Amino acid sequence: MIPAEFEYHKATSIQDAINQLGAHEDSKLLAGGHSLLPMMKLRFAEPPTLIDINGIEELRGIRLEGDTICIGAMTTENELIESEILQQHCPLLVEAARLVADPQVRNRGTIGGDVVHGDPGNDHPAVMLALDATLVLQGPGGERQQPANGFFLGTYWNDLQEHEILVELRVPVIRQGVGHGYSKLKRKTGDYAVAGSPVVVELDGDVCRDIRIALTNVAPMAIRAEAAENVLRGKVIDDALIEQAAAEVIAACDPAEDLRGDIQYKSHMAAEMARRSIRAALQQARG
Amino acid sequence: MDNAAEVQEREDSIKGVGCSRKRKEDARFVQGTGRYTDDLKLPGMLFADMVRSPYAHARIKSINKEKALALPGVHAVLTADDLKPLNLHWMPTLAGDVQAVLADEKVHFQYQEVAVVIADDRYIAADAIELVEVEYEELDVLVDPHRSMDDDAPILREDLVGKMDGAHSKRVHDNHIFNWQAGEKEATDRVFEQAEITVKQEMYYPRVHPCPMETCGCVASFDKINEHLTVHLTSQAPHVVRTVVSMLSGIPESKIRIVSPDIGGGFGNKVGIYPGYVVSIVASIVLGVPVKWVEDRMENISTTAFARDYHMTGELAADSEGRIKALRVNVLADHGAFDACADPSKFPAGLMHICTGSYDIPVAHLNVDGVYTNKAPGGVAYRCSFRVTEAVYVIERTIDVLAQKLGIDKAEIRRRNFVKAEQFPYQTCLGWELDSGDYHTALEKVLDAVDYEALRKEQQEKRAQGELMGIGLCTFTEIVGAGPSRNCDILGVGMFDSAEIRVHPTGSVMARMGTITQGQGHQTTYAQIIATELGISSDEISIEEGDTDTAPYGLGTYGSRSTPVGGAATAVAARKIRAKAQKIAAHLLEVSENDLEWEVDRFKVKGVPGQEKTMKEVAWAAYNNVPEGMEPGLEAVDYYDPPNFTYPFGIYLCVVDIDKATGETSVRRFYALDDCGTRINPMIIEGQIHGGLTEGFAVAMGQEMPFDEQGNLLGNTLMDYFVPTFVETPHWETDYTVTPSPHHPLGAKGVAESPHVGSIPCFTSAVVDAFAHLDVTHMNMPHSAYRVWQKVHELGLDQHA
Repeated sequence: MIPAEFEYHKATSIQDAINQLGAHEDSKLLAGGHSLLPMMKLRFAEPPTLIDINGIEELRGIRLEGDTICIGAMTTENELIESEILQQHCPLLVEAARLVADPQVRNRGTIGGDVVHGDPGNDHPAVMLALDATLVLQGPGGERQQPANGFFLGTYWNDLQEHEILVELRVPVIRQGVGHGYSKLKRKTGDYAVAGSPVVVELDGDVCRDIRIALTNVAPMAIRAEAAENVLRGKVIDDALIEQAAAEVIAACDPAEDLRGDIQYKSHMAAEMARRSIRAALQQARG
Repeated sequence: MDNAAEVQEREDSIKGVGCSRKRKEDARFVQGTGRYTDDLKLPGMLFADMVRSPYAHARIKSINKEKALALPGVHAVLTADDLKPLNLHWMPTLAGDVQAVLADEKVHFQYQEVAVVIADDRYIAADAIELVEVEYEELDVLVDPHRSMDDDAPILREDLVGKMDGAHSKRVHDNHIFNWQAGEKEATDRVFEQAEITVKQEMYYPRVHPCPMETCGCVASFDKINEHLTVHLTSQAPHVVRTVVSMLSGIPESKIRIVSPDIGGGFGNKVGIYPGYVVSIVASIVLGVPVKWVEDRMENISTTAFARDYHMTGELAADSEGRIKALRVNVLADHGAFDACADPSKFPAGLMHICTGSYDIPVAHLNVDGVYTNKAPGGVAYRCSFRVTEAVYVIERTIDVLAQKLGIDKAEIRRRNFVKAEQFPYQTCLGWELDSGDYHTALEKVLDAVDYEALRKEQQEKRAQGELMGIGLCTFTEIVGAGPSRNCDILGVGMFDSAEIRVHPTGSVMARMGTITQGQGHQTTYAQIIATELGISSDEISIEEGDTDTAPYGLGTYGSRSTPVGGAATAVAARKIRAKAQKIAAHLLEVSENDLEWEVDRFKVKGVPGQEKTMKEVAWAAYNNVPEGMEPGLEAVDYYDPPNFTYPFGIYLCVVDIDKATGETSVRRFYALDDCGTRINPMIIEGQIHGGLTEGFAVAMGQEMPFDEQGNLLGNTLMDYFVPTFVETPHWETDYTVTPSPHHPLGAKGVAESPHVGSIPCFTSAVVDAFAHLDVTHMNMPHSAYRVWQKVHELGLDQHA
């Protein structure tokens, strides 16, 4: 429960952090630390250098720019929960943040850390997929924008380039006719999801114009259940279609067996979470 | 103010037995000023950390300490070879076996202690253990106890090969520890052969861990000049530790001081002697400086005493009306690699023979086989008297199965079989004398309170709609307060307990007991007992425990024994003081002591208003004006050897709703009626019951220590090991009846473990009841959503339209 020896540097700006990442081989960024530090205490991870980005003010805060909400990567879960902008314009993120870990973790844990850490149990990657978010990444070569869709490549594997930092997440404000649902099954407070599913649906009258069904912790990384979405897109969604979609969710799952359950249980739970989220999203979209 | 009101006011002011006064210890705990073992910092103190085995069964081919010793700040690296010259590489267990202090040639379970590093601080020690190079040769692993006694099972304990005389019985296999039986086998078998109805249910009570908030640890400090050893450690039985340390080290007990400071929960985990304690003591003696060892959470769950791990089969024979004729129980007990169970010496399966429960059962037979496996040693009572949880589980589960087979309601079958109030004291067929009880009254009180008929009607309606609702019932009898020294000892020391009370000249009191509080509130409860006996406010009574230099010898606190044994000693010692005080009062009032009567806090001359002496006045006189021939002072000691155990009981009812889609169980209602006899502090009792119910909920719904086929322990962190928070914990409803113990000086019985013992089978009863209409008779714990869903899925109940 005691980490191996490491160096600690406190970054003063985004550019300073990028420089320090370049200067210290195999260094890791320290955000909220609630995934990294336990791994270090168990000596599963032994980074020689930590670069603390908690002091960088420009990485914090939530602002509204037109139809886009810009969220600093170092915004904590509790700041998400308390944000009036999110409560009004993107309640899915508020709902999801409320179910992350426990209150102590939510005081320190950050949305950016959760998105880039790479544990399939992290909650925000699937939420970003469902929201069709854009990630703003900054590295030695400057800033680039990357859709969440396509960013997550595997366990502890994503499209973050060398010495690059996630600085901001951009999500669209919720519009008329758009609804969302969020369901997460966990064994207890503080646990990762057995399965989780954020869903965003856009209705055109009764017809589903578009739907995004994302899944947490039932594959090596957060995924979209695209086959399930295809079942529903362009249709008037009813119970029979939801069951068809649920079957596609089960087919999309590729979870690791652990004490939370075997492959069958986790896949079925993903389907049930998706069912619940689809129903909630539809109800909300219908106003 | 009239006289009665004035007496009542005085009565209230002493805050004695029956008063829900606030806990005296809480001021320091809520302000963060408790003093725990790990808070202790001594000059020059070093830290110990363990090199542990990654394998469950392996031969140690070599250990290379060089790199670790080369790390600056490392003082020593000790292995079994270093302890051998001191004959401390093995140590005796409480169960008559031996346990490796540091692995001697072989490791027998994953995380077993292989070497210890002593370093300047815990950070250096943590680095150094990674530098100790151990070469292992893996051996076949024995995980399943059902395979332990197979012909081709790997032999675990090479030190015991061919030694077929075990501590408790003949051994029939090298992996066999003991066979232990109670009752009459042939008579029981005959009843089963002829019975109208028999039922048989197999069940597994999983290996679980008490998981106290504070892990185990110690600070050993040997004074080389005075040859005096002081050890602060997290022990539920500090006096026994002193005796054991003396026996192991050869240091006289008079030169050993064991101190249990504030303890952050024990629940049985802190009864045993662990390798960490032994190596810290050895290191301190060798190095001449204090040495601290404190477990981390994974070490705690993985290595220091687990509980349960009983594979049980319960059988009942009955007539067609459901009247029980005989009980048969078979147990396969997985004790891990060393038999380190904490039980009274004579009972290798603890008090398992209380398994006839609350029922009038004419004949019974209990058979227990203990076996070795490649798992950590232990087998402690996790918030229960020795193996009582297992006993209550097997009888309560099996009587439910009998009710189900006969189509008799589970409340009704209990009514038909309860020991009746007029039958007490009741001799059970397995040898216990249940001292008191009134089960029928308590059951009806609970059934009325929850409107049982309405619940059953609702369940019918829910079942018709395809919903899963379950009603659990548990009507348990506990056995606590170990115990009478004629049948209870630990390492040959009788299981009495003690109290020493001193009344100071100004009438305040200091009292010390042989027990040790770990959250039970002894500083409050014992003070209340003395307050009532002596008429001195409990505010002015200080209680001290846990320091063997000052407290009288006692067997400690576990198995709900403090109130039944230590509380009895306290009352008896206080009564000795009052008897002396009465003589002094008579002397002061110049009357015969027979002319005096006691009223709350004073002696009054019968029939002469105003002629009286308060206890405080008597206390002053005890130091300057005693009758001729009487020695001065006002103090007393009592070593109390209880004539019998006490038998608290309870009626618990639980209502659950199960989500078919996820398998999640929602505890809608939990009603707990407890009868612990005389209630000393009802608020503390309620707190104990809430705590015990919450721990019972944890065991029933989530706690387990699963192993893979290689003997790797899966789930030894709090991410996996279920410790519920307020979010998960159900709302508890508590109730009580009072049936005083006839033999306890106060009529009190002990209560802390009843809610644990009673709630666990109640939860299983409720979950199984939700499926009972589908011919399900039993489901093994833990009733996690995952496992319950598997039953739902197996039965096809999760089909969507």
